[in-house]
Amino acid sequence: MILEQVLNGVMLGMVYALIAVGYSLVFGILKLLNMAHGSIYAFGAHMALFIVSMHFGLLPAFLFAILTTGIISVLMDRIILAPLRAKNAPNITALISVMGVSYIIQNMMMIIFDSTKKTFPKLFDFGNVTFLGVTLTSTQIAMFLIALAFLVLLTVVVNYTKVGLAMRASRENAKAANMMGIDVRRIVTFTFFISGMCAAVAGVLVSGYYQMVYSTMGTEAGLKGFSAAVLGGIGVLHGSVVGGIIIGVAEALAVTYLGGSFRSATAYIVLFIVLLIRPSGLFGKDNIVKV
Amino acid sequence: MGKLSSVYDSFVDFILKHKKIVLPVFLVLLAVVPLVIKSQYVIRVFCLIGIYCILTLSLNLIAGYMGQSSMGHAALYMMGAYFSGLLGAKLGWPFWITLVFGILGGALGGLILGFATMKLSAGYLSVITLAFGEVVEMVVLNWNSVTNGPLGVRGIPRPNLFGWELTPTNGGFYWLMLVLVIVAVLVSMCVVNSKFGRAVRAIKEDELAAKLMGVHTAAYKVQTIVLSGAMAGMAGAFYASMNRYIDAATFSFDISMTILCIVIFGGMGSIPGMIVGSALLISFPEVLRSLADYRFVVYGLLLILMMRFRPQGLLGGLSRRPYKLPAGVSRPGKPEDGGGTEEGKKVS
Repeated sequence: MILEQVLNGVMLGMVYALIAVGYSLVFGILKLLNMAHGSIYAFGAHMALFIVSMHFGLLPAFLFAILTTGIISVLMDRIILAPLRAKNAPNITALISVMGVSYIIQNMMMIIFDSTKKTFPKLFDFGNVTFLGVTLTSTQIAMFLIALAFLVLLTVVVNYTKVGLAMRASRENAKAANMMGIDVRRIVTFTFFISGMCAAVAGVLVSGYYQMVYSTMGTEAGLKGFSAAVLGGIGVLHGSVVGGIIIGVAEALAVTYLGGSFRSATAYIVLFIVLLIRPSGLFGKDNIVKV
Repeated sequence: MGKLSSVYDSFVDFILKHKKIVLPVFLVLLAVVPLVIKSQYVIRVFCLIGIYCILTLSLNLIAGYMGQSSMGHAALYMMGAYFSGLLGAKLGWPFWITLVFGILGGALGGLILGFATMKLSAGYLSVITLAFGEVVEMVVLNWNSVTNGPLGVRGIPRPNLFGWELTPTNGGFYWLMLVLVIVAVLVSMCVVNSKFGRAVRAIKEDELAAKLMGVHTAAYKVQTIVLSGAMAGMAGAFYASMNRYIDAATFSFDISMTILCIVIFGGMGSIPGMIVGSALLISFPEVLRSLADYRFVVYGLLLILMMRFRPQGLLGGLSRRPYKLPAGVSRPGKPEDGGGTEEGKKVS
């Protein structure tokens, strides 16, 4: 019983990790909490649903969702955030602008796709798999594997490629990176694209798991992903993965032992406790500011 | 754009220069509104504007003076409304006592938020408040035995002043709203112009420097959020009594966003800005019914455009009037005009 819940939690936690990585990537480079991440996640799910409902199949839906969310993230950066950076505006202006973007996306979806809950086809439904006496659905396993594959891919990109090196350099010190010939603007754009992509993949996977899509789905998922990112230490990629899994498992256990109404609260309660005890997260470095 | 804004700025300067005449006239005009206008609907819109004035003044303490932002302000508003409404409806306590408990309820919410975020940088507070909003809503929806869950609370008593029951029809609520708004304005002014206010503004400008100058930043942050919560709680108690019915859906995320939007629009750190902003943004969907569906999209756009082109808001920013020098000190050279614009841009 416990093992089953823990495994359920790990499967879902992997998707939270994917959302959390999206936060971490942007935070690492811009020190900005991307509040639009949740809305972009919901946007990705809606785009996938749009393609699926036109009977184009699953793979095109995935690709379309990734592409559109990537583009919308990049546009958000280029049109709204880049001018603020150019003006050297205080950080809070970027934060508020991002909230505005989030709000526009969410409400436009509500107007275009209306605010009812729409069914989403179940992904990769091949029946159940029994493993160590625990029954898991193929949807869960596929969700786990796809999220894992994306996380591995991201790790490889960030740690072992030239773009990744540039990303890490920009995160360390954007000014110095610029002087060393790294086009920081392009790196930021690339980061936003990847972050949007993570949100879209997570959005499609979660919609396939719960088999529904609705316009406000982003708020909750965004908060859970954020909790995971903070728990692991925001800006630290492997921290986000651990954070996501902890949140997923805590949530699954809370639902089993405390009741379904505790599902969404678990993540926030974890977030509160983490911020009270260790604000920099499990793997985060203490924020030391040089004067 | 530049010409328009300079015309606007000189208009604002004109009002500020003659505020000793403009302000009393304005107050008298506001006070006689219920005697002139008999439409219940208009009075209700006026009361809503008043509620938003209090709410935005409350958020202004956090956003305008401390430089942080809250996305779950509706949760504090909700705590005030539920504390006050439940005591009134279930125990039959009079409004004046439940109002105090509403204020305490909001302050309690502020205390929790403050402790969770006192050591964190600005961005965290907005997310924590968002999560806090969700938690409060969940508690209200699930704690059926106390809060009636999704059914909401009915039959919240009206205030009674020495045997005179205040209702929206006899204008009593309107005057009560006016009094509460004035209280909120006075509290804000006292806070801003005190040692406390200066310390809080120092935190906004540079938290590290403030700390090094001996400002106990964590304590000041918590106190500011508690005070802000208390003001939001007051607005909640008033709303509960005016509407006589509250449920969790009333205090949705949209409310938090509206409050934030007004604060940005009116100008963070400006008390008149909050009042003008509330009046414009709350009456706008009522006036332009055809745009009502898009109102939240408009709010989002407003946030982005204000941040990009006028981050100091309608009435925010530094005063452009020359600094008043003490008697006997002469100004070297010509008085600079527009000296404040450069600095005004920096005010976020």
